[in-house]
Amino acid sequence: MRALLAPRTGGLLALAIVIALLPAVLPNNFYFNVAILVGLNAIVCVGLNLLIGYAGQISLGHAGFFGLGAYASALLTGSYGWPSLAALVVGAAAVGALAFLLARPILKLKGHYLAMGTLGMGVIISIVLNQEAGLTGGPDGMPVPAFEVWGWTAYGERTWYWIVGGTLLVTTWLALNLIESPIGRALRAIHGSEIAAEVIGVKTERFKTLVFVISAVLASVGGSMFAHYSGFITPSEAEFFHSIAFVTMVVLGGMASIFGSILGAAILTVLPQFLAVLHDYETLVLGAVMMSVMIFLPKGLLPSLAELLRRRSL
Amino acid sequence: MKIWDVRTVLGWTVGLLAAATIALGAQAQEPIKLGVFLSATGGAAFLGDPEKKTIELYVEKINADGGLLGRQVQLTIYDDGTKAKEALTFVKRLIDQDKVDLIIGGTTTGNTMAVINEVEQAGLPFISLAGASVIIDPVKKWVFKTPHTDRLAVQKIFTDMKARGLTKIGLLAGSGGFDKSCAGNARALMESEGVEILADETHGAGDTDMTPQLTKIKNTEGVQAFLYCGFGAPTSIVAKNYKQLGITIPHYQTHGSASVRFIKGADGAAEGVRLPAAALLVVDSLPDSHPQKAIASAYKAAYEDGYKEPISTFGGHAYDALFLAAEAIKRAGSLDKEAVRSEIEKTNGFIGVDGIFTMSPDDHLGLDNDSFVMVEVHDGGWKLQE
Repeated sequence: MRALLAPRTGGLLALAIVIALLPAVLPNNFYFNVAILVGLNAIVCVGLNLLIGYAGQISLGHAGFFGLGAYASALLTGSYGWPSLAALVVGAAAVGALAFLLARPILKLKGHYLAMGTLGMGVIISIVLNQEAGLTGGPDGMPVPAFEVWGWTAYGERTWYWIVGGTLLVTTWLALNLIESPIGRALRAIHGSEIAAEVIGVKTERFKTLVFVISAVLASVGGSMFAHYSGFITPSEAEFFHSIAFVTMVVLGGMASIFGSILGAAILTVLPQFLAVLHDYETLVLGAVMMSVMIFLPKGLLPSLAELLRRRSL
Repeated sequence: MKIWDVRTVLGWTVGLLAAATIALGAQAQEPIKLGVFLSATGGAAFLGDPEKKTIELYVEKINADGGLLGRQVQLTIYDDGTKAKEALTFVKRLIDQDKVDLIIGGTTTGNTMAVINEVEQAGLPFISLAGASVIIDPVKKWVFKTPHTDRLAVQKIFTDMKARGLTKIGLLAGSGGFDKSCAGNARALMESEGVEILADETHGAGDTDMTPQLTKIKNTEGVQAFLYCGFGAPTSIVAKNYKQLGITIPHYQTHGSASVRFIKGADGAAEGVRLPAAALLVVDSLPDSHPQKAIASAYKAAYEDGYKEPISTFGGHAYDALFLAAEAIKRAGSLDKEAVRSEIEKTNGFIGVDGIFTMSPDDHLGLDNDSFVMVEVHDGGWKLQE
């Protein structure tokens, strides 16, 4: 019984049930498309939350990694005829290596400076994707071939729904395991106080680098899958505003809450679709929702609501 | 209660008749669903905004005049914020959720290319409002477009240069999609058109000073004319730097500069710049015999009256797309998607704001370079060149 209430088992089970049952109530492909976008954003946000929520390091450049993953898949499969899975893995490995190289200098920065550093990194990636038009097609983007594994082609919203849903489940499981492990405790110690963590023997630099690389790899995987799913990508995927969108999802859903980031991704992906009907007031309503959450539930949706429930039941 | 009282019976009859008429009328008037996705905000807002206003204005007019095939047109507009991902999501929404009969939209080439696959799979007519020739070359079954391509613009410019005896030119291009495509077309066409590019320079996106490239072109021996491929803010910067360096050879730009913003931004330095543009830009100085005069002046009057702001050629693309579709639906007499598609393809001699459209299975644009007029900036406005 207790196992069912713990996030690692109960929460994961609940997520699996939701993913399994959702197709029964989704009326058409458009809803599947929104669900897929929720899933892809959630994969990136789960990774980003490890960095922001647990290790306490901000990144305003993760759309850069997302974009790099997307373009790695697009280029390797489209221009060089690689198998899709190999392109995805190589893309993720390359992004991981880049993140590893960048982590040392960038994670030395703290607070606003770290925000500026990661922002700059994202902007540089975005500029490269825009400018290297010979390779990337420039601002007008480039087409991406369908995802193919051993002769089987992933096509259509329903297929992609299961691929993204499965990946999200695995990602969540890995993230939950990670934060329950000694690494997770080290990360939280860093969040609390870096100096204190160092004093008790946590190699802060190593753990910060590790979580930065993990989150970058997850963003890259999300980007690769997005590229194959949508069939066409533009550099706007790597744009600064896209990075901000990811961070907003994490903060809205709840920092240091894995399921919170999934909730945040779901709300911020679905809400604009509902508000599109009011197209002139869309931004206004969205802004009002976000401001109210930040003012009244500053820890983010899920942690604040969970706390409220806990207090009620006492 | 006297059920068979004459007045009661009469009352019932009238009531039932009225209900029946309303029911029948409602059935006959099931609306035609037009789906539109545009970049009314974001990077391409200066294109998307007039497009959106034009469509809204004219759909209202069409409905006020009794609609199409006796049915009202129900408009669903989404703003993709100049993001390809949003454009794709909205197109899926238009197709699967709103179940529209026809789609107009795609303000930029990127946003159009992002949705082509989806539209082709779903099989419904789609008219794009974006510039580059890749959209219709190679031809895609369900995809059409209304704006002139950069290729047509380059041809028109080369024709004008040769008429003035200018065959050795310097070329400068930005790094955007349109810029590159335009410069590529200039290089591809130079041999067949008998023009020689002596200096070939580029500048980066967001550059605020093009003096180095222009100096290079100025110092190139034998250059007789200068062509700039680009659109947006850099067009004005190029014009300014050009004047600052005291370069006097003829200065050409493309229809990407055909906006008052170009003239205003250049602060007087745009005087004498020559460019190909839709006749709409100089509608007031067109001779009455010009075939587009009537339609272009009507559009200009309606738009400026409705929104109290000057027209732009971008809104004109939306006007043409809407009426190409409306004419095709009228000819098809139904909303059968294949019938409407093939009627759009059979468009012959349709007079629009952008030119006179004659499409075919090999040509889903249907304009030639006669649809451009050459204009020159003169006293802060456009002057038609003969």
